Amino acid sequence: MENTITDFDHKNEYTKLNLGPTHPATHGIFQNILTMDGEIIVDAEQTCGYIHRAFEKIAEHRPFYQITPLTDRLNYCSSPINNMGWHMTVEKLLGVQTPKRVDYMRVIIMELARISDHLICNSVIGVDVGALTGFTYVFQWREKIYDIFEEICGARLTTNIGRIGGLERDFSPACIQKIREFLKEFPAILIEFTKLLERNRIFMDRTIGVGGISAERALNYGFTGPNLRATGVDYDVRAMNPYCSYNDFDFIIPVGINGDTYDRFMVRQQEMWESHKIITQALENLPEGKYFAEVPQFYLPPKEEVYNNMEALIWHFKIVMGEADVPLGEVYHSVEGGNGELGFYLVSDGGRAAYRLHFRRPSFIYYQAYTEMIKGSTLSDAIVTLSSMNVIAGELDA
Amino acid sequence: MSSIQIAAAPPGIEGQGFFATTFEKAVGLARANSIWPLPFATSCCGIEFMATMAANYDLARFGSERISFSPRQADLLMVTGTISKKMGPILRQVYLQMAEPRWVIAVGACASSGGIFDTYSVLQGIDKVIPVDVYVPGCPPRPEQIIDGITKIQELVKNEPLRRRNSAEYTALMASYGIE
Amino acid sequence: MSEVNNAFLLNELQEQFSANIVSVEEPYGMLTIEINKDINLELITFLNKHPQIQMQFLTDVCGIHHPELKGKELAVIYHLHSLVNNIRLRIKCHMPIDAPQINSITSIYSAANWQERETFDFFGIEFMGHPNLKRILNVDEMDYFPMRKEFPLEDPTRTDKNDNYFGR
Repeated sequence: MENTITDFDHKNEYTKLNLGPTHPATHGIFQNILTMDGEIIVDAEQTCGYIHRAFEKIAEHRPFYQITPLTDRLNYCSSPINNMGWHMTVEKLLGVQTPKRVDYMRVIIMELARISDHLICNSVIGVDVGALTGFTYVFQWREKIYDIFEEICGARLTTNIGRIGGLERDFSPACIQKIREFLKEFPAILIEFTKLLERNRIFMDRTIGVGGISAERALNYGFTGPNLRATGVDYDVRAMNPYCSYNDFDFIIPVGINGDTYDRFMVRQQEMWESHKIITQALENLPEGKYFAEVPQFYLPPKEEVYNNMEALIWHFKIVMGEADVPLGEVYHSVEGGNGELGFYLVSDGGRAAYRLHFRRPSFIYYQAYTEMIKGSTLSDAIVTLSSMNVIAGELDA
Repeated sequence: MSSIQIAAAPPGIEGQGFFATTFEKAVGLARANSIWPLPFATSCCGIEFMATMAANYDLARFGSERISFSPRQADLLMVTGTISKKMGPILRQVYLQMAEPRWVIAVGACASSGGIFDTYSVLQGIDKVIPVDVYVPGCPPRPEQIIDGITKIQELVKNEPLRRRNSAEYTALMASYGIE
Repeated sequence: MSEVNNAFLLNELQEQFSANIVSVEEPYGMLTIEINKDINLELITFLNKHPQIQMQFLTDVCGIHHPELKGKELAVIYHLHSLVNNIRLRIKCHMPIDAPQINSITSIYSAANWQERETFDFFGIEFMGHPNLKRILNVDEMDYFPMRKEFPLEDPTRTDKNDNYFGR
């Protein structure tokens, strides 16, 4: 050992504390090596890559429709948004125009996913300040959203919803019924959850002024999503570069002031209300029409068609074998994911797989600011800051 | 009337004021219904594990009320999610820190076999570094499946001979993983 | 003040850096310029400080490998975004694989730090002036750059799969 008691001096007064990668309070596997002066954090170093799964390398070997399951596993708290983002990227490359009904259905799915993402993040902030009740309470409502997803696509978490060019099936009457029920019952639950934490003295003391960042630094660090909006910058991809007919809906973009943990919490809370508003509008005005675009050369036909219709069988074969004519080119498309701007940079060489696919993962980009945000704060505040940033390990490491 | 069911007693000899059974069975019964799991949650399956713990599925019904985040106090290591090669040694270290008797359940396709991630960075199944008792398939498995895995573990725990961990086979199994 | 659009942006860049702009494209509405890699820092600083353009948001940094383009195999691709004008720009800097050095832009954007480390990790592109250039996602002991095209996706040391069953 270098630092024995005998050569103790003031320079060596700091303690190194290893937080992670399997620490229960980090909600994922990130390692932070903290330099502590007593309870105060002097410096921190993050290491990541503990669940690096080589998404980008896989994407170079798989046809486009097989990349959807990969996107599920990026930010698995809101996988439908990632699915839709990927489909829209490919549609942009192929120049496919989707019918309005598809757009509205996608909006409903994405906003449900956003609610489920924010629910988990906000309730976990509660857990980290000692309020487990909120977590177990709202998790039942995540289960309701899972039920809706099951009704839409059959899966709960890693949904794999949709196809390139539309969705694989229309909303069933049971599904619409479930969404309506959810819309009716959710406000009361959210109000209850809000009451539990929003003006709770302990919660406010633990979160106000904790882990703050200024708007300038946040922009410089490439923050997006609720974390950026908490600092007061109203950048939201849904409003700035509307995709998927988002400009048809009336919603506001909540922003914070201080960029601290409490503001991040409040922005997410408010966004759930906005999502609720958007779903209500989309469901009310759900247009009639087809749930897929008329592009048989790219849209995987339903299985019944494949078995009974010669043409569908040919298209199915061509798509699955990678014979579809994909244009050359490069395209960047981004959607507002649960954590911020989720971007897909796709380079196509006309082959069956992408030549290069890069995911702009919001967590990966803003997590690097963590050191700056926790310097000078206590360890317990650092934990709350981390959970309020909602860093998802799958998205961080891709 | 309460709907709580008390675990059935193991077979034994019963008479007025006494009940005799083997020590092994009594210990097995107690252990099986008080498993303390350590969730080694890395990715998507971890979220489904949270759902399993939460109110709707409520793992506590099976005696796993107390989630142990310290490997020292855990009986069951639940590996939920992808384990990369970078994470492999850490998983092994966590396993080594657990006290005997210990059980391992691999939840999900990634933990069982690497799943869809047949890549240079992902460990192709955690049984490459530690022995596994129960594999739960699915990507991710539904909470019902995870609970099914836990009940399978309970069966193993209930029927485990007391001397199993001292047997030559067990030592050989550990040795095959390089664990002394 | 004239409106900031792709034409204006290109005009401003041509005025300053015409000699170093290799090619200009506009796929799917996003202005894409390929520049001489030595001026990347200078050009991005210019865009960042420009009173009208204000490219103050670095969306993305990533690498790409083109083994068939001799002498310019590797490239770094920047996506910049001006939030004030809502205009995006893609910048490509090609470089030879035997001298993969480029200036780091961490002095302008803190966001570039990890993204450049990731690009180094995947492609072996060295960013000069980077404060802490080391592997980020892969293990430190890794001795190759996995995203280069010549390296396989699957782990070559794996033993558990029989290739006969996978048609390989």
